[in-house]
Amino acid sequence: MDKKQIIIVKNLTKKFGEFTAVDDISFSVDEGEIFAFLGPNGAGKSTTIKMLTTLLTSTSGDIKINGYDPMINPDTVRRMFGIVFQDTSLDDELTAWENMEFHGVLYDVPKKVRRERIESLMKFVELWDRKESLVKEFSGGMKRRLEIARGLLHHPKIIFLDEPTLGLDPQTRNHMWEYLKDLNKKEGTTIFFTTHYMEEADRIAEKIAIIDHGKIIASGTSKELKEQTGKTSLEDAFLSLTGSVIREESASSVDQMRTNRRMWKR
Amino acid sequence: MKIYILWLRQIKRYLRSKSRILGSLAQPLLFLLAMGYGFGSVFQKAGEGSYINFLAPGIIGMSIIFTSIFTGIEIIWDRQFGFLKEMMVAPMSRLNIMIGRTVGGATVATMQGVIVLVLAIIFGFHPYSFIGVLLTIPVMFLVALLFTALGTMIASLLDDMQGFQLIMNFLVMPLFFLSGALFPLDGLPKALSIIAKLDPLSYGVDAFRFLLINSSHYGLGVDLIVLSIITAVFLWLGSYFFKKIQI
Repeated sequence: MDKKQIIIVKNLTKKFGEFTAVDDISFSVDEGEIFAFLGPNGAGKSTTIKMLTTLLTSTSGDIKINGYDPMINPDTVRRMFGIVFQDTSLDDELTAWENMEFHGVLYDVPKKVRRERIESLMKFVELWDRKESLVKEFSGGMKRRLEIARGLLHHPKIIFLDEPTLGLDPQTRNHMWEYLKDLNKKEGTTIFFTTHYMEEADRIAEKIAIIDHGKIIASGTSKELKEQTGKTSLEDAFLSLTGSVIREESASSVDQMRTNRRMWKR
Repeated sequence: MKIYILWLRQIKRYLRSKSRILGSLAQPLLFLLAMGYGFGSVFQKAGEGSYINFLAPGIIGMSIIFTSIFTGIEIIWDRQFGFLKEMMVAPMSRLNIMIGRTVGGATVATMQGVIVLVLAIIFGFHPYSFIGVLLTIPVMFLVALLFTALGTMIASLLDDMQGFQLIMNFLVMPLFFLSGALFPLDGLPKALSIIAKLDPLSYGVDAFRFLLINSSHYGLGVDLIVLSIITAVFLWLGSYFFKKIQI
């Protein structure tokens, strides 16, 4: 059965000055697939997600999101995905409901549908009784749940989750994945996520790609990766592919470099 | 509708931060009372009339420039706390984001200006006419728009709040002190008079004086033309730099 590829990346490269953050990568994600994008810190995961989600322009290469190029049709692409960023992106000074409403308006969800969906999504993430609370009173887990609800408000075809379970307790984590898997099954929403928990990727992802030093070094199902490396767990497979050297927090060093570059330019 | 919700967000945030409203009223009020009454008799003896009447429009200008630059610079906060990302991935153009934010910020600054005006009246300021008071409000908005756009531009160029103090000391303070908010522009030394002419706030304060106390240095027509042109330029520059922000 030939499935439609909803994300197609070909020879994608991103350079910040001399530094190549993403180096000529190609991969694709099928529609309705749960796809894990793994890699050590600073491997290029976030940079890739930023390019897929129109936040960053690529240096070279092609991206197609459901057939559209994020650089040529940014608004069309933006309507197709929802995203939960690595760190929160809620407005603390607004209530939970207002954050949802704000999102719905920005994505042109008609009022009636918007109000209904806000209610059902907030009930689902069990925040409906806290709808009038300011987000700054929320715990980390509650914020995450609200962000997931918000990311789904406009019925996206794809949801990007950048380390969505970081800092969540096992209860919240399980609950969240239950919901996302359910959504994936019922509505066929494609799920693209990154994580440092290999066990999570092993359990949830249908396909995995591992990126390191800006290059994709392996991809396939968890089983294939284990066979390829001759290891019994995905964690061991991951370590044998990427080495066990501890990486510098180069996610921030990329940011740092960008900062420096900006400083020098001005 | 999208621009409206961005605007509404700014207003809600403003109305919810009572401490910020109070905090930003303390300084203009202090200036108005301490200087207004402190220099009152000297000003009177120099034959210039009531200093508090002269000063009040300048203090309104002060509260507007401070509030608008600050709301413009708040983009840095949005960026640090991630909310800017939420706006940037939404299907709307960067230009509209910038417009919604700027108009929202300018509305907040105008509200702040109106509060200072009312307080000034309570503390002894006598506006020339009621119509003048009403007409001042749209001009306040124009001045607020100008400086919010400037704040946005600065925020797009800065990476964090570290530079904020620098901006306050080397840009906002000079703009305020050299604008004629505190002293009459007539009979100034040549250098100071030229500097005042280059300072957009001079025209704002001058327009406020025309409408509030029926006295003006440049004339309302010149004030409004200069303010409109600079606002247009700053809005354009602000959106140009805002578009270049990378997250």
